[in-house]
Amino acid sequence: MDNITSTIQVVPLNHYILLSAIIFSIGVIGVLIRRNAIIIFMCVELMLNAVNLLLVAFSAYSGDASGQVFVFFVMALAAAEVAVGLAIIVMVYRNTSSIDINVLNRLKW
Amino acid sequence: MIDLVWLIPLFPFIGFLINGLGRNFLPKVVIGSIASLAVLASFGVSLGIFFEFNATEPVIINLFDWIKVGGIDIPFSFQIDQLSILMLLIITGIGSLIHIYSVGYMSHDAGFGKFFAYLNLFVFFMLLLVLGSNYVIMFIGWEGVGLCSYLLIGFWYTNANYADAAKKAFIMNRIGDLGFLLGVFLIISTFGSVSFAEIFPKAAGMISGDATLTLITILLFIGAIGKSAQLPLFTWLPDAMAGPTPVSALIHAATMVTAGIYMIARSNILFTLSPVTMSIIAVIGLATAIIAAIIALTQTDIKKVLAYSTVSQLGYMFLGLGVGAYTGAFFHVLTHAFFKALLFLGAGSVIHAMSDEQDMRKMGGLKSKLPITFFTMLMGTLAISGLPPFAGFFSKDEILAHVYEHNKLLWIIGLLGALLTAFYMFRMMFLTFWGSFRGTEEQKHHLHESPISMTLPLIILAVLSVVGGFIGVPEVLGGGHWLSHYLAPVFESSTSKMGELALDHTTEYMLMGISVGGVVLAILYAYIKYIKNNHVPVLDSEPRSALAKISYSKFYFDEFYNAIIQKPLDALSGFFYKVIDKSGIDALVNGLGKGSIEASKTLRLLQTGNVGFYIFAMVIGVIALLLYSFFKF
Repeated sequence: MDNITSTIQVVPLNHYILLSAIIFSIGVIGVLIRRNAIIIFMCVELMLNAVNLLLVAFSAYSGDASGQVFVFFVMALAAAEVAVGLAIIVMVYRNTSSIDINVLNRLKW
Repeated sequence: MIDLVWLIPLFPFIGFLINGLGRNFLPKVVIGSIASLAVLASFGVSLGIFFEFNATEPVIINLFDWIKVGGIDIPFSFQIDQLSILMLLIITGIGSLIHIYSVGYMSHDAGFGKFFAYLNLFVFFMLLLVLGSNYVIMFIGWEGVGLCSYLLIGFWYTNANYADAAKKAFIMNRIGDLGFLLGVFLIISTFGSVSFAEIFPKAAGMISGDATLTLITILLFIGAIGKSAQLPLFTWLPDAMAGPTPVSALIHAATMVTAGIYMIARSNILFTLSPVTMSIIAVIGLATAIIAAIIALTQTDIKKVLAYSTVSQLGYMFLGLGVGAYTGAFFHVLTHAFFKALLFLGAGSVIHAMSDEQDMRKMGGLKSKLPITFFTMLMGTLAISGLPPFAGFFSKDEILAHVYEHNKLLWIIGLLGALLTAFYMFRMMFLTFWGSFRGTEEQKHHLHESPISMTLPLIILAVLSVVGGFIGVPEVLGGGHWLSHYLAPVFESSTSKMGELALDHTTEYMLMGISVGGVVLAILYAYIKYIKNNHVPVLDSEPRSALAKISYSKFYFDEFYNAIIQKPLDALSGFFYKVIDKSGIDALVNGLGKGSIEASKTLRLLQTGNVGFYIFAMVIGVIALLLYSFFKF
């Protein structure tokens, strides 16, 4: 454990923050501008993992393990979410022969 | 026997339940017998109590604890004393006669079962009213008889006029009931109790003219005005004649309308100590007596004549109460119950024979066709006119003697009312039974004496009207005045404060002589006018003299109330409906609805169905929240 935390602390904290901010922004922008449902899904995963990265970094720097426990929860949740999300996408494809989210615009005013 | 007092109201209540539930499938014979037997059984128990009771103090029968809140303890208990026993005998005795009469009178009516159920319920509530040992139980009975009166006036509710008459009676009674209720509240806050046995001794220690007592008694008297049809709330009683005739006899002549007199006689000590209220009662009673008598002079509907006569006689009773003649007033309640029930039942018999015709202008010459009805009604008329030795003479004379001692002017007006009474009653008799028949041939063909179930009560009541007065023969005529001795314990605390009647015998003989002489003259005048000259009241379409018109139109009381109460109330309701309700409350509520519809018409366009837009909006929202929390802290 000491080994891992010291390894993490080799890189300064600022770099972690910067990296996860960049990954998170890529995720947000990806969600906003892409129309392929799978890509959007992947971008959501990017955002989640950016946060995970940050949690782990803070946890190591402040010597508190609860941040890493939290990451496990996030990953478990993400896995469950992926299962449901992919199932939805498969059903969408079967029904519309496309995974373009702009096709799914019938539920409106 | 006294312990069985709870049976008295129970019998009619059971009768009500059986007849009410079985009204559609029980045969008429069963319904009629159950209803009559229930009241007769109560009469039997009452009679037993009457003969057994000899205490001077009231006996309180505690049935169960009813309301116990804070400092107030209201038990459900009955009070037996001379006053309630006599009322019990009147209610159950005359009640059972009228039940028997109704079996014949209502035999062709479709609502036979309903009628007897209501009648039993009425008797139940009336018994509760007189038996209650506190004002709250009395109030239950008070409201209950009002309800039954409403139900029975509107018995033939398919006729809109009858239904309106029922509503009128109910609403006018409500005005009085409010006064009664406020009076009871004031009693609670003053004495901390509602039981007669606790209030009256406390009140007896208060000084005469106490402001609170005066207010209490005025409020109670307002209740009596409504229930006993006095000025200015009397107009419901003549309209109440819309109900079946036995109802008029039982409720609107013999029992319910005397509830106000019973209540005041019961609370006599409170009233004795409030001279102001006493004067008000005397003046209102006298004014009612004289105005109703004047109206009765020109009425052509046989039941209306009797109705106004009832109002007028009730006025006499209040006049008696107002001058402190409690025994006299109660005596008149008793004799009036006999002869007025008799007159109403006789009128019912006439109406029955005339195929539901009530207009005296179409009657005449019924003497030979309805001999029993004629003879019994003649007894009743002689009694109400106040000729000795009939019942009305003694009671009316006792009231007038007290009035004479109290105030000579009141006496003169009261005597005038008595003469008017004799005149209009004999006018009714002459128009109905003498002369030649004025109805249609078909009615003439149908004329018949009523069945035995109707004539038997008439005969019994006629006997009572003749001999009923002997229970109160005054000392001056060699009697012992049994009634006054019997009731003495009830009015003891009042008489000790007011003193006895102190007229010498010459004055009493003179008073009797004047009133009897006047009555004979009034009867003679009626005889000359209606038999010698064969005068028949003119039709509605023909002109009348100004005075007759005022009397015939009942002093325009209804029109007056219409103008000063109903019209402004209608206008106010119209204002509230159109302005406050329609353009105020409705506009607000509808405005909210319309506003949200308009707003959502624009806002719903945001829901485009474009997932990208939703995500964009979400991100914008998250950023906005972040900025908000960032700048806030």
